[in-house]
Amino acid sequence: MTTSPHVHDLGMPGTPIDANIQQAIADSVAAQGEKQTALKAKDMKTDQEVRWCPGCGDYVILNAVQSFLPSLGIAREDMVIVSGIGCSSRFPYYMNTYGMHSIHGRAPAIATGLAASRPDLSVWVVTGDGDALSIGGNHLIHALRRNVDMTILLFNNRIYGLTKGQYSPTSEVGKVTKSTPMGSLDHPFNPVSLAIGADATFVGRAMDSDRKGLTEVLRQAAEHEGTALVEIYQNCNIFNDGAFDLLKDPSTGPMWTIPLVHGQPLVFGPDGASCVVRDDFGGLRIAETNQVDASEIVVHDATREDPSYAFALSRLSSQDLRYTPMGVFRSVRKPTYDRMMADQLEEARTEGPGDLGALLAGGDTWTVSA
Amino acid sequence: MTVTGSPLTPGSSAPGGLVKSVVELDRVVIRLAGDSGDGMQLTGNRFTSETASFGNDLSTLPNFPAEIRAPTGTLPGVSSFQLHFADHDIMTPGDAPDVLVAMNPAALRANLADLPGGGLVIADSDEFTPRNLAKVGYATNPLEDGSLDGWQVVAVPLTSMTLEALADTGLGKKEAERSKNMFTLGLLSWMYHRPTEGTVRFLERQFRRKPEIAAANIAAFRAGYNYGETTEAFAVSYEIKPAPMAPGRYRNISGNQALALGLVAAGQRSGLPVFLGAYPITPASDILHELSRHKAFGVRTFQAEDEIAGIGSALGASFGGALGVTTTSGPGVSLKSEALGLAVMIELPLVVVDVQRGGPSTGLPTKTEQSDLLQAMFGRNGEAPLPVIAPRSPGDCFDAALEASRIALKYRTPVMLLSDGYLANGAEPWAVPAVEDLPDLSVEFATEPNGAAKDGTPEFLPYLRDPETLARPWAIPGTAGMQHRVGGLEKADQTGNISYDPANHDLMTRLRQAKVDGIAADIPPTDVDDPDGDARVAVIGWGSTYGPIGAACRRIRRSGRKVAQIHLRHVNPMPADLGEVLRRYDRVVCPEMNLGQLALLLRAKYLVDVQSHTQVRGLPFRAAELAAVVQDVIDSTGDTK
Ligand SMILES: Cc1ncc(C[n+]2csc(CCOP(=O)(O)OP(=O)(O)O)c2C)c(N)n1
Ligand code: SF4
Ligand SMILES: [Mg+2]
Repeated sequence: MTTSPHVHDLGMPGTPIDANIQQAIADSVAAQGEKQTALKAKDMKTDQEVRWCPGCGDYVILNAVQSFLPSLGIAREDMVIVSGIGCSSRFPYYMNTYGMHSIHGRAPAIATGLAASRPDLSVWVVTGDGDALSIGGNHLIHALRRNVDMTILLFNNRIYGLTKGQYSPTSEVGKVTKSTPMGSLDHPFNPVSLAIGADATFVGRAMDSDRKGLTEVLRQAAEHEGTALVEIYQNCNIFNDGAFDLLKDPSTGPMWTIPLVHGQPLVFGPDGASCVVRDDFGGLRIAETNQVDASEIVVHDATREDPSYAFALSRLSSQDLRYTPMGVFRSVRKPTYDRMMADQLEEARTEGPGDLGALLAGGDTWTVSA
Repeated sequence: MTVTGSPLTPGSSAPGGLVKSVVELDRVVIRLAGDSGDGMQLTGNRFTSETASFGNDLSTLPNFPAEIRAPTGTLPGVSSFQLHFADHDIMTPGDAPDVLVAMNPAALRANLADLPGGGLVIADSDEFTPRNLAKVGYATNPLEDGSLDGWQVVAVPLTSMTLEALADTGLGKKEAERSKNMFTLGLLSWMYHRPTEGTVRFLERQFRRKPEIAAANIAAFRAGYNYGETTEAFAVSYEIKPAPMAPGRYRNISGNQALALGLVAAGQRSGLPVFLGAYPITPASDILHELSRHKAFGVRTFQAEDEIAGIGSALGASFGGALGVTTTSGPGVSLKSEALGLAVMIELPLVVVDVQRGGPSTGLPTKTEQSDLLQAMFGRNGEAPLPVIAPRSPGDCFDAALEASRIALKYRTPVMLLSDGYLANGAEPWAVPAVEDLPDLSVEFATEPNGAAKDGTPEFLPYLRDPETLARPWAIPGTAGMQHRVGGLEKADQTGNISYDPANHDLMTRLRQAKVDGIAADIPPTDVDDPDGDARVAVIGWGSTYGPIGAACRRIRRSGRKVAQIHLRHVNPMPADLGEVLRRYDRVVCPEMNLGQLALLLRAKYLVDVQSHTQVRGLPFRAAELAAVVQDVIDSTGDTK
């Protein structure tokens, strides 16, 4: 058993892992040489034919992730991608890492067991809006509050893709789909608000088509120690085409997108015409930049311990996506569950590892002699 | 006959000094009954420990309500603990008590019907107040109205004597009253010559941080003991000699405890970290509690948000190279069924413990039943076979946990371990095994490619099976060159890629079944107890009915009849020779605490006319009743002697 300190969440060797597991890894290194960490995007690909509909936003996300992951300097075998069920959840098959395409909604729970017992790995979850927020809502909020070291990519296309187009927990009210011919009745979740409400230590949002913005949020999420949730707006061109056009269209996007840059004032829109200021009730509101004093404009601080600021940011946007903050809402440090679990195991072993013989003969015993 | 202050056995006391006689018994069944708040389970457990350390064979049956504190003094609030101990090897907690300790009128009312005529009642007379009597519908005090004339009754003011004994401690009345269970334990310890040091040590340990409470309990315990020695109310004490047992070291152990230790041992013997994902549920929670104390063995316990996350996290840990375990009861198994299907599909080791309780739905949370067998066998969508193992006694839960782990690890499969409430909470003496005698469960992870791609480059085939076991290789994250993806979609043979090919699905479905069926070659032949080898009637059971069936068979044999006992540890697959064994008998009787689930399987599988005998009362079978049923079957075959 190694007892070297936890280095980072990036699957660095040297974290406490159990002897037999360490041996298997050592054996493979002996057989196949040192771990390869200088990788290219093509090294991340598998020979499996990608089976999303042509034009699906999932392709661009896949490409962005494949290009980005090598920059982390983590060997492929030290990464695991766990997904649920849905179009998005096919993701692991296309990544040359370890992976599990599990069951609907349960990926955060499965990944929790893996990450908690193998802190040496870089664990990723890929999930959809139905997978994460409908059937798997419970697992998601608990993963977030526990702060197990893993990164959750939530592909939000505001629709059930795989089951051919029913409305989802993120669809806007009145959504007409096969299951809601007269329009949906239920109010949607805002996944970022939900995550912050669950005390997530890292919450970000990015757009599928914005390679640069997406990569930046992914980088910060990957470096975050603890559970990171990244909501990725993803176009389903078959069942919900154009869902994010308001933000993507160069003519409207800048007007309605609030880029979040840590340490920068929240000014946005053409010519910086709009900004974010505090309202009278401790929340935030949109103002016209020329109507307020510069000192009133909120300077983005993702590291605020109190989640109410990040929550207020997440509430600026409406169901129709006007005033949508994009970037990292919140990034705070808290001890991770896996780390603390490893610490308890270490602490329990301060007097040495358990002695099975002594354990079995524990309690009051008596001896019968021959 | 109600005796107050006069000797039970005339002639045993002499004027001017108490001479107490000692009667030797070969076995006794005591039932302690009181309000849920009276500490009957603790008292029972202590008496059990004293009895165990004295060297008697024993078996216990705790029986308590699902409510933590039902209204005081009411029938639903009655909690009881039955202990059978003997100078010989016994198999059950006893059909009926010889002695009933009733701490209040409710306890008497709820339990009296089980006490055979002539049995001894010890009652706390202080609690038989008009108010308490009215609560359970006694119009007059049964201790005084002659309604108990068919029993021996000793009415003892247990509460006031406890208060008296603790008068100088400065404890308040309420606080002091709580020690009446220890007073009672002291009295019983005197009556049955139990060693007392263990209880004193236990109380000191238990109330380490509250020395005044420890002192009060010890004082009450000693006062109860001394009362027995000096009072005229009890003129006789009893001696039950230690039971002959194989030489060795013993401890008293409950089923849940044994099961937890078995899992720790499985981790140690396999060299793998144990990961338990669990959500609290009666009667399985104690396994979670016990395992969470063993972090020094590298055991990780994770209290999940629900049962699905419990099994999910365990499966995730198995993917990472741990021995994944999840523990629950029937309602939890229902929630886990989809993930169990995934475990069948991705073929990773996983131990799933179902401590069965009365069902369906929430059912009888604190009572025992065996009604999850078919759920364990078939409760999943698709053809999703998995091995099923059942322990037969509390101590056997240890071996069953090791065996479930062995099969899970060797065959890379989820294994269902079916304990039940009776085994979980019941206790018996357990011979502490030597670590080196435990099975070696070591596994080898796959660390090198086992195939080649078309171009000849080495490739890892995650579904290339071991030809003997049909198990697939277990390659864990962190192992270079072995990256692979598993999942619930049908796998192509060998490569494990997604496949919708009809022939492949047919092949894989049959391979998964063949893998589980093949375990039959790796387990012992049918365990038949047929002393003369010429019985014509066999009784077959599985799980916790082993004790009652065994005790029934002994009775039957004592009556001169012949009977064979067959007991299954492996319920799926069953021993390879079972069909042939069953066909040797004219009649096969199958007692179960369900409506005939094993019988259904046996009939379907072996075309044997198994006669089902069932009971779902939340309690184990009584040996005498079972014996009568089987005796009738034997006599109807004409094989009377
Ligand atoms: C237990 C269970 N219930 C229902 C389904 C059917 N199902 C598969 S995917 C899905 C919804 C997926 O939606 P989302 O998570 O948004 O993923 P997307 O396809 O949009 O990427 C449903 C309802 C299932 N596979 N399992
Ligand atoms: S249905 Fe929609 S989400 Fe699914 S693959 Fe097609 S475009 Fe993508
Ligand atoms: Mg979706």
